[in-house]
Amino acid sequence: MASEQTSAQYITHHLTNWTFGDMPEHAVGQKLCGDGMPAVQEAGWQFAHCAGEAQAMGFHSIHLDTMFWSISLGLLFIWLFRKAASKATAETPSGLQNFVEWVCEFIDTSVRGSFTAKNDLVAPMALTIFIWVFLMNFMDLIPVDWLPVLAGKIGESFFGVDPHHVYFKVVPSTDPNATFGMSLAVFALMLFYSIKIKGVGGFAGELTLHPFSSKNVIVQYLIFVPVNFVLEFVSLLAKPLSLSLRLYGNMYAGEMIFILIALLYSAGWVMGIFGGFLQLGWAIFHILIITLQAFIFMTLAIVYMDMAYQTGDDH
Amino acid sequence: MNINYTLIGQSITFFFFIWFCLKFVWPPIMKALTERRNKIADGLAAAEKGQHEEELAKQRAADILKDAKNQAGEIIRQAEKRANEIVDQAKNDAKAEGERIIHAAQAEIDQNVTRAREELRGQVVSLAVAGASKVLKKNIDEKANEDLIKDLAAQL
Repeated sequence: MASEQTSAQYITHHLTNWTFGDMPEHAVGQKLCGDGMPAVQEAGWQFAHCAGEAQAMGFHSIHLDTMFWSISLGLLFIWLFRKAASKATAETPSGLQNFVEWVCEFIDTSVRGSFTAKNDLVAPMALTIFIWVFLMNFMDLIPVDWLPVLAGKIGESFFGVDPHHVYFKVVPSTDPNATFGMSLAVFALMLFYSIKIKGVGGFAGELTLHPFSSKNVIVQYLIFVPVNFVLEFVSLLAKPLSLSLRLYGNMYAGEMIFILIALLYSAGWVMGIFGGFLQLGWAIFHILIITLQAFIFMTLAIVYMDMAYQTGDDH
Repeated sequence: MNINYTLIGQSITFFFFIWFCLKFVWPPIMKALTERRNKIADGLAAAEKGQHEEELAKQRAADILKDAKNQAGEIIRQAEKRANEIVDQAKNDAKAEGERIIHAAQAEIDQNVTRAREELRGQVVSLAVAGASKVLKKNIDEKANEDLIKDLAAQL
């Protein structure tokens, strides 16, 4: 960590995304980065200099680091797999093809185990989730300072930017935007297939006609339907929410611990060595977590897709 | 924790990757896996079949060998029998030939004896006639005497 920063600044710096956004008019002139720092110069699309400015930009902004890493890792994933797939033959496989086939076989088994209907989309979706999320999580194992400091140096030498204002968060899955983006995509697929399989009426029925039902029509429609709707709607919304928050929470917490361990390196050599061991231990443990979280995300996505195909008779 | 356009960007990216996987990654790999599975199954079946056939072939070879041995034994037996027959026949032929030769020799001897006797008889007759003519020396009708002599010769 840079020695002139306080611990709080260091942590905040690590947890801030590289944001490009539309600064609103009313923020101009305000000292969003703190009292000692310059105020916002002008409105319009610009890079945020600090978390406060990113906050002010609100929804009209984009996290360039998250997008950069997620797209790069995704491209790495499809490049690798496409390379293996284009050469895939029934002959004796070797190297990369072996690995890719092993992963695909594993995904195929998982999908067959959880998804009972027939849909060619589910397995590729599961594969994409598993590998992509795994790669994004894997960025967590790269020592927390390497890439941000590198980005700071590049920003300083090539663009003349104060390295303290270069934010570079390298783990896309610690950005709720990334996890929500994926879970909402899964949710959209789930809704699409729900309505496609059961029809709008069937889907609405699923939301309103159980768990409570009554033979009395008045009781049914005046009391139970609203109650059912509230219950089912909450449980419906809970699916994408829990899916994304589980991944985000786990990865964010893991990242946070890496940052806190990294703080030890500035507290003398005894603490530094101790921190080294801690980081090693946590990283080894984290290998399990990143794989597990990728697997859970994938499995739940498969299960949700399977639920979309259930016709509701078994409720 | 700012929710912003990144969310939409992520969703779009995600859909793009799913689409890419669906189109270009998953089908060829699954196709290769299925093909290989079939190929291995075929190979195993073929191996089993080969093994079975090998056993059959072994069985057949043993059968043929046994047949050949039997046939060879039979042939040898027949050859021996034939050889014995030939030897026997040769023996018989030789015996018959020998007997024939003996008979022929005997006949020839008999013939020679008879001829010698006849010759001897003729000579005795002429000798007797000469002797008689010398003894008698008388003018006797030679013709009447000759009949008498012939009678005498036939009695010899």
